Amino acid sequence: MSVIIKNGRVIDPGRINGLADVLIENGTIAAVGSGLKAPAGATVIDATGKWVLPGFVDLHVHFREPGFEYKETIATGAAAAVAGGFTSVCCMPNTQPVNDNQSVTEFILDKAKAAGLANVFPIGAITKGSEGKELAEFGDLRAAGCVAVSDDGKPVMNGMVMRRALEYARAFDLPVVDHCECTHLSEGGCMHEGQVATEMGLHGIPSASEDVMVARNLALAELTGGRLHLAHLSTAGSVRMVREAKARGIRVTAEACPHHFLLTEEAVREFNTNAKMNPPLRSRKDVEAVKAGLKDGTIDVIATDHAPHAAFEKEREFDYAPFGIVGLETAWGLALVLAEEGVLTVEQVVSALTIQPARAFGLAKGTLAVGADADVTIVDPEAQWVVDPEQFKSKGRNTPFAGWKLKGRVVSTLVGGRVVYP
Amino acid sequence: MSLKRKDLLGIQDLSVEEINLVLATAESFKEVSGRDIKKVPTLRGKTVVNLFFEPSTRTRTSFELAAKRLSADVINFAVSASSVSKGETLLDTARNIEAMQADFIVLRHPMAGSPNILAKLLRASVVNAGDGGHEHPTQALLDLYTLREKKREFKGLRLAIVGDIAHSRVARSNIYALTKMGAEVRVIGPPTMMPLEVERLGVKVFYDLDEGLRGVDVIMMLRLQLERQGIALFPSIREYSKLYCLTPERVKLAAPDALVMHPGPINRGVEIAPEVADSVSSVILDQVTNGVAVRMAVLYLLSGGK
Repeated sequence: MSVIIKNGRVIDPGRINGLADVLIENGTIAAVGSGLKAPAGATVIDATGKWVLPGFVDLHVHFREPGFEYKETIATGAAAAVAGGFTSVCCMPNTQPVNDNQSVTEFILDKAKAAGLANVFPIGAITKGSEGKELAEFGDLRAAGCVAVSDDGKPVMNGMVMRRALEYARAFDLPVVDHCECTHLSEGGCMHEGQVATEMGLHGIPSASEDVMVARNLALAELTGGRLHLAHLSTAGSVRMVREAKARGIRVTAEACPHHFLLTEEAVREFNTNAKMNPPLRSRKDVEAVKAGLKDGTIDVIATDHAPHAAFEKEREFDYAPFGIVGLETAWGLALVLAEEGVLTVEQVVSALTIQPARAFGLAKGTLAVGADADVTIVDPEAQWVVDPEQFKSKGRNTPFAGWKLKGRVVSTLVGGRVVYP
Repeated sequence: MSLKRKDLLGIQDLSVEEINLVLATAESFKEVSGRDIKKVPTLRGKTVVNLFFEPSTRTRTSFELAAKRLSADVINFAVSASSVSKGETLLDTARNIEAMQADFIVLRHPMAGSPNILAKLLRASVVNAGDGGHEHPTQALLDLYTLREKKREFKGLRLAIVGDIAHSRVARSNIYALTKMGAEVRVIGPPTMMPLEVERLGVKVFYDLDEGLRGVDVIMMLRLQLERQGIALFPSIREYSKLYCLTPERVKLAAPDALVMHPGPINRGVEIAPEVADSVSSVILDQVTNGVAVRMAVLYLLSGGK
């Protein structure tokens, strides 16, 4: 089985950025270079005028299965992933039951295999039931295929539990992922605490609720030498502290989501529940800080926090609507805005979507190096399109970006050398 | 004349002209309430549904009287918030009411923005009768009406709002209304009751009641929500009263003819001393009387003013 992708601009950060062909043999990258000869019987993909990139890696998605299949299934989530150019996704454990044991991990992997689209890497829970009390069995979770542990959405409030998690995870070299939120400070909050919340009379989630937990986690990472990954940074304070921690050599990686570098609290006006997520959309100052963090490498990764919900759940009073938006099918176009604005180079955008996330979780993904799995995303950098949630492969339609005109679209996605999109 | 809008959701997006129109219209309706036969046929054949998800006597009764004096048919629909969280969504409840061909839905709801959701989805006119900590537009309009009756001019009027500004829809609507009309607004309360960046609404902030009251023409007290004591916003009712209760001595710090207002229901001896509530400077009952006229004006003007 051979595939050759011809005449595209291959962007594999740190390796190549220029016109080249990509030859795939038996599901792995066999060669990257100009004027490659197609072996007899090879499938030829013409990528003239297109960019050929390593398949994107998303460290933060919610596929809702098992338990909330009406929101999303592993199959629909994986279809959304490959439509958005993501060939590998890491799914958070906040399912029902929680992915805190081997059986749930295996169930997820079975479903992903049956879907046969993206590579799905489960993230196990830090604590049993994500209740923040007793550690889950990291050894079993690792053996079953989990690539990290997190109690995402239910932050580990007890500092001692977090300390033990960071320590114990070292035995398996598992990254510990924390959604940094002090739930005492954020209690009852549904949007960023600031000018807009004051005008609208909505309960605020202060930036400090994120900052204090980032500070705690960094101190614990320093104490334990554990591998800390901070999910979806949203505040200027977080970015500042992570920058300082990295300068001092603390083992930490961090991610940011497109909505946190493109939208502010203003998007919530008119009580738009599709602009309700956690952490919330923050102030202009925070958005600028997140961008600066991406620019100087403080933030390593662009992740989506893809969080599908049913329409009826979002058509509610603002306070009652659930947090979260879908992100897989808009991430590429939104991330490219950073290149348009000159915040990042195109190569840096690609890096934040491929090799950087792969390294953060130690996945052998995100590169077109010879011998790597042939996960490839082909994009048309010039294609203009309008975000229409009705066209999403995801079951979720909850996006604040509906109607946005974006430039740059995924035209084809290959996983293990096989075309899985379109 | 009519308001060229389907709904009244808040003061924030009303123009000065629209506010003046409501106040002028209310004046003629106030006369109706003074008659022996307190009824005009203006909204005959129209249906007003009072949809209340929070207990309220004053506001609901006021809307009911307003609608009845305009000859509309009135249905009171009281839903406890708990039964909603168990089952039917606000949207489904509203669709049912829509199916009964209501012309107006007067909504009181504990969550900010609920009337905005309904207004978007329903043909009926939605009138916000208080939504969470967001707005209570008819309260601000009746306060303006009362102020104009007593003080004539808004320009240059110095006014202090005292209490839990952060959680008060009455405070928000009044801040929007009074600053639009050119009054100087102060907010007074402990820092725990001040929302972030409140100065950007165009108000001056005081933590000390005596200092804030100095020279003001109007004192607007807010009801203290007693359940917020403890770690929430203040240590004890005792300490709150000591620091923020409007006593006769404190009224003397304000201008000599200062008015005292309160949206009710009052906690006697907590945020307002009984002698102040019952004093000549108190216009609390005028506020209630004027509420009916202002709500008649709002219903009339939203119906197209025919």
